[in-house]
Amino acid sequence: MYKDARELIKLCKEQNKHIWEVALDNEVKLTGMSRERVMAHFSNRLEIMFNSALKALHAKQATKGSLIDGVANCQYEYSNKETIAGNYINYVMALAYSCSEVNASMGKICASPTAGSCGIVPAVLLGVMENKNISREKTLEALITASAVGAIFTKNATVAGADGGCQAECGVAASMAAAAAAYMMGATDERCLDAAGFAMINVMGLVCDPVAGLVALPCAQRNASGAVNALISADMALAGQVAHIPFDQVVDSMFKVGKMLPPQLRETAMGGIATTPAGQAIYKEIFG
Amino acid sequence: MNISLLDVVGPVMIGPSSSHTAGAAKLAKTARLIYDKPFSRVRFGLGGSFASTYRGHFTDYALVAGALGMSEDDERLGQSFDIAGEQGIEFDFYPTEIPSVYENTARITFIGEEGEFFVEGASLGGGRILVTNINGLACEINATCPTIIVQQQDVKGVVSDVSTILAFNNINIGIMKVSRTSRGDKAFCVIECDDIIPEHVIDELRQVNNVLSVVVVNIQGE
Repeated sequence: MYKDARELIKLCKEQNKHIWEVALDNEVKLTGMSRERVMAHFSNRLEIMFNSALKALHAKQATKGSLIDGVANCQYEYSNKETIAGNYINYVMALAYSCSEVNASMGKICASPTAGSCGIVPAVLLGVMENKNISREKTLEALITASAVGAIFTKNATVAGADGGCQAECGVAASMAAAAAAYMMGATDERCLDAAGFAMINVMGLVCDPVAGLVALPCAQRNASGAVNALISADMALAGQVAHIPFDQVVDSMFKVGKMLPPQLRETAMGGIATTPAGQAIYKEIFG
Repeated sequence: MNISLLDVVGPVMIGPSSSHTAGAAKLAKTARLIYDKPFSRVRFGLGGSFASTYRGHFTDYALVAGALGMSEDDERLGQSFDIAGEQGIEFDFYPTEIPSVYENTARITFIGEEGEFFVEGASLGGGRILVTNINGLACEINATCPTIIVQQQDVKGVVSDVSTILAFNNINIGIMKVSRTSRGDKAFCVIECDDIIPEHVIDELRQVNNVLSVVVVNIQGE
């Protein structure tokens, strides 16, 4: 049994297993399901994630308030042109935007870890899988690696914007995705957790300030930037940047920062960009 | 690690909100499973944050979809108003106060030929729910597995008779909680099972001496 990253890595070393294998063993024990059944659930979730990441690339979705209709297609079209960050980065952003657009238009998504942050893990998994020619099997292992990171946040901190701000949603999603991307590129278990730590540190303190209280603005944009955060954090770890702060301490500090955030910046739409004049005008236009 | 990975990456759901959309659909679907009779009208009393924010998160569509028997990952969720219309089912929403420690609460009242029947509950976040009252009977049901709620006279042997019937029909009991208002008065037990409860077993349970009512939530979790 493990309760944090330190104990998880210890088990990996003792049993000569990867993070995903130790986490899967634990899942089988915890749920009483067979290994095959758990894997079938993950496979189904991966499929739903990919569908939501692709659905809005070519077809604009009708979202409540129409704030993010067509954001995925907009970024996708641009990703084929001359860009600053490159076609690949822009394509991954489009994938994340797609999930958010699908979510806001009553489409089917897989929360990871939440519905508001449902674009980051799928965009990174699909983007890296396609771009680096990774097998579906290894991508599935990466999804389990990401889930194991998410479980540590769930247990020792929070993944609710109402408790910890956006760092607990898009921050955790980026952290999960960073570990997954690092795993797909062959990083060691420790390096995967370094990547996860870097991603969280990059956005620590990020507030949750949804305009008109809708899961749209700035959520979709933060899914797109969160996916990129995951990629660059994995690259930091793969480059060999030293993580001076152990992952568990990053998780703990995120939790404490979340508690320091005033309620106005925790999903109440009473602060941040939600209360800008433009944000309030949008609220009035939608709800009168 | 006592957190399930499938709860971290999940639920699979229709957006936009796990608490306001997925949880609402699941709560209403559970209420429908408990009621399990035809109805021509359904009313939704909304409490807490449900009352103030339901429109922005399609909570209303999700509730109607659930009452029609749809799951939280059913892609017809967005058309639930039209589907209810096709089935000739009327619905409405009203703000109400439901005493609860939870933020998102609803009282779902089905109106059929036999009169009114209500179920109260809360959406707890992450798509999880809690049913807190079934037509006047206070309870705590998560609806993550097939669940039987037996209301009985508080006399010896009832619980034993009930569990014997389940064992005889090869239904494994996961968790069983028995409670009562006072000694010798009404008691009830909530039984969480691993398997779907067949209709004939429900009938057998209803015939047990001193059993007053049996309600079954036949919901299959993962």
